[in-house]
Amino acid sequence: MTVSKVVLAKLSPTMEEGTIVKWTKKEGDAVKQGDVLAEIETDKANMEMEALGSGVLRKILVPAGGKAPIGALIGVIAESNEDIEPLIAKEGAKAGSAPKPAAAAPAAGASSPAPEPAKAAAEATAKAAPADQPASVASAAQTPPVPAAPRSVATPPAAPASASAGTGGDGGRVKASPLARSMAAHQNIDLSSVAGSGPGGRIIKRDIESWAGPRPGADAPARSAGAPASRPSAAPASRPAPPAPSITPGQELPLSNMRKTIAKRLSESMFTSPHYYVTVEIDMDAAVDLRDQIQRLEEGKVSFNDLVVKACARALTRFPLVNASWGGDKIVTHAEVNVGIAVAIPDGLITPVVRNADRKSILDIAHEVRDLATRARDKKLKPEEFTGSTFTISNLGMFDVEEFTAIINPPDSAILAVGAVRKVPVVDGETIRPGHRMKVTMSSDHRVIDGALSAQFLAEVRRLLEAPVGLLLG
Amino acid sequence: MAQLTMREALNQALKEEMTRDPNVFILGEEVGAYQGAYKITQGLLAQFGEWRVRDTPIAEEAMMMTFNFSLLALDMIVNHAAKYRYMSGGQIRCPMVMRGPSGAATQVAAQHSQGFESWYAHIPGLVVVMPSTPKDAKGLLKSAIRDDNPVIFMENEILYNLKGEVPEEEFHIPLGLGDIKRAGKDVTLVAWSRSVITSLAAAKTLADEGVEAEVVDPRTLRPLDEDIIFESVRKTGRCVVVEEGWRYAGFGSEIADRVQRECFDSLDAPVLRVTAADVPMPYAKTLEKAYLPQPERIVEAAHQVLYRS
Repeated sequence: MTVSKVVLAKLSPTMEEGTIVKWTKKEGDAVKQGDVLAEIETDKANMEMEALGSGVLRKILVPAGGKAPIGALIGVIAESNEDIEPLIAKEGAKAGSAPKPAAAAPAAGASSPAPEPAKAAAEATAKAAPADQPASVASAAQTPPVPAAPRSVATPPAAPASASAGTGGDGGRVKASPLARSMAAHQNIDLSSVAGSGPGGRIIKRDIESWAGPRPGADAPARSAGAPASRPSAAPASRPAPPAPSITPGQELPLSNMRKTIAKRLSESMFTSPHYYVTVEIDMDAAVDLRDQIQRLEEGKVSFNDLVVKACARALTRFPLVNASWGGDKIVTHAEVNVGIAVAIPDGLITPVVRNADRKSILDIAHEVRDLATRARDKKLKPEEFTGSTFTISNLGMFDVEEFTAIINPPDSAILAVGAVRKVPVVDGETIRPGHRMKVTMSSDHRVIDGALSAQFLAEVRRLLEAPVGLLLG
Repeated sequence: MAQLTMREALNQALKEEMTRDPNVFILGEEVGAYQGAYKITQGLLAQFGEWRVRDTPIAEEAMMMTFNFSLLALDMIVNHAAKYRYMSGGQIRCPMVMRGPSGAATQVAAQHSQGFESWYAHIPGLVVVMPSTPKDAKGLLKSAIRDDNPVIFMENEILYNLKGEVPEEEFHIPLGLGDIKRAGKDVTLVAWSRSVITSLAAAKTLADEGVEAEVVDPRTLRPLDEDIIFESVRKTGRCVVVEEGWRYAGFGSEIADRVQRECFDSLDAPVLRVTAADVPMPYAKTLEKAYLPQPERIVEAAHQVLYRS
């Protein structure tokens, strides 16, 4: 078989359609399996899509800027002498990447520039009127004709037909290990909403284990960004320049895929999980000292947030119920401590995850967070790097925010909103002296975590941060 | 329990079975006066006399010193020994054990380093045994001698000096019964003969990383104790088969086949195999090492099925 379909792959757990940012190969270029073919904008990040076969990139069906649903045929790789027209006519139309002809209802997610096969489909539809499945119709227009009538006629010529063709169930086949598949079936998890961390995005056991998103009934895949957060490189904005408006007021802004996801996911979190908030103030004098000492070493920079990540990770190992998820009819406690860090990026936010943060040193965490944040801003994160959190931290300290509350990042059960380390007057015995204080507010899902537990957890985080040398040990 | 080498354990088995049953006798090259090319038959000629311990000429259509040279006798083994019982409707039995070293030793190169277990395991009518410890060697050889079927009993030259505990009392190990050589929960390593030792070394490295490998030794390849393998794989969800034979159509693929069919829903990763390189054994020491499965390659395969990089 020398013809290889280029099909829009599911590149993020919540992706339903993608925008082709650019093709890195041109029509006529030789392509080897594994070569990067195109850059695709998903709802979360820009991802590279690799060729699954070798040959020549014969045809690009959806040009840069175009959108296509998962599973849609967006190009064809074949030997240069291979006849690819029948495939294009058949699959290209099925992909639904072009608006449907009048006979069919408007297709969902079909907003891309019309590729040629669509015309073929349109003409064919005109001839073979009642058929509603562009795929069959398109093949009918080719020789040899595919006897498509029975299947087509069986389906009522209505909107759902086009829609299902558009979202292309078979094209976006979910890859999962048999074990992951049977675990998912057992626990009623929809595999298409799980991010695969195995080779080629294969869903494996650990993905199911770390998954505790909504069970059937709640249709949103539960992995993504959390609360309002930011991580700009600017120094504390003690005297900020007045911000210049970045957009012109008085216009309607189209929603980016990321904005849609944020809207959907955080609304769902806020409106289904009963949030409550517990705030504590932490004496950061020792942490400030420690950080100063670390900064003087050549090993590298460590932020207060890195210390908070480490302290939370360690505290989570001691409070498994905080490192847990609501599972509908059960509570799932996670074996791994994976701390998500909310990172602001130009058109939204994303939550890269420091996996097994409890087992990493502060320097490792510092390094990893910086790397993840940089790549997050460049939209270069891989799905497994922003999924699978079990707890999330959101920090607005760099904006000199004293305290705030955050929305829980599902499927976590808690998020910690971290304020700035501020120099404030503190009462020390009978005197008042300057001291460093930081306020943190934990939002907890009351279905999983009761108030007293939140308080105990925060007391442990405070204890760890107030004697931070312990964080360097082990 | 006594600490014995596999050589001593095999010698004990022969002695005990010859004492128990006067019908048991030994034919072979250098088994008598020379006390065995590998000293497995030491002392037997003196104890049982030349009628029961007979030196034969070097005539490899009928006799062999190692399994490397058993191929001349394949017609006798496959077309006669393995078929008599079946073709005679059970009237003729073939209670014969063919034992000797098989597989690579050290720098004996292409013609002297071959593992033919996959060839023999292919044949209905044969029993194929490949022990990895002195205790298994003794217990299995005793069972092999008592069995009415032709048994291919493949020893490993490198393991002859391997020491291990062997019960002092009378015991035997049934053919077709596997053994867990090391219990673990994270990944199943299936291995037999010397590969068990290599796999145990790999398991030790893995344990240092916090991965508990289970080493399953089927001990006999035909009949195969598949249940012990399935049970382990269902627990760990991951399976690596280690063998010193060639990959191509090797016995490990039989195990991989059964595992994928019977444990499909338990597998979190494809079954992997660690085998000899698909070439004749080179003479050079470094190449010999590269040819044979080493602990590092097993660790690497385990990482792969565990999705650890």
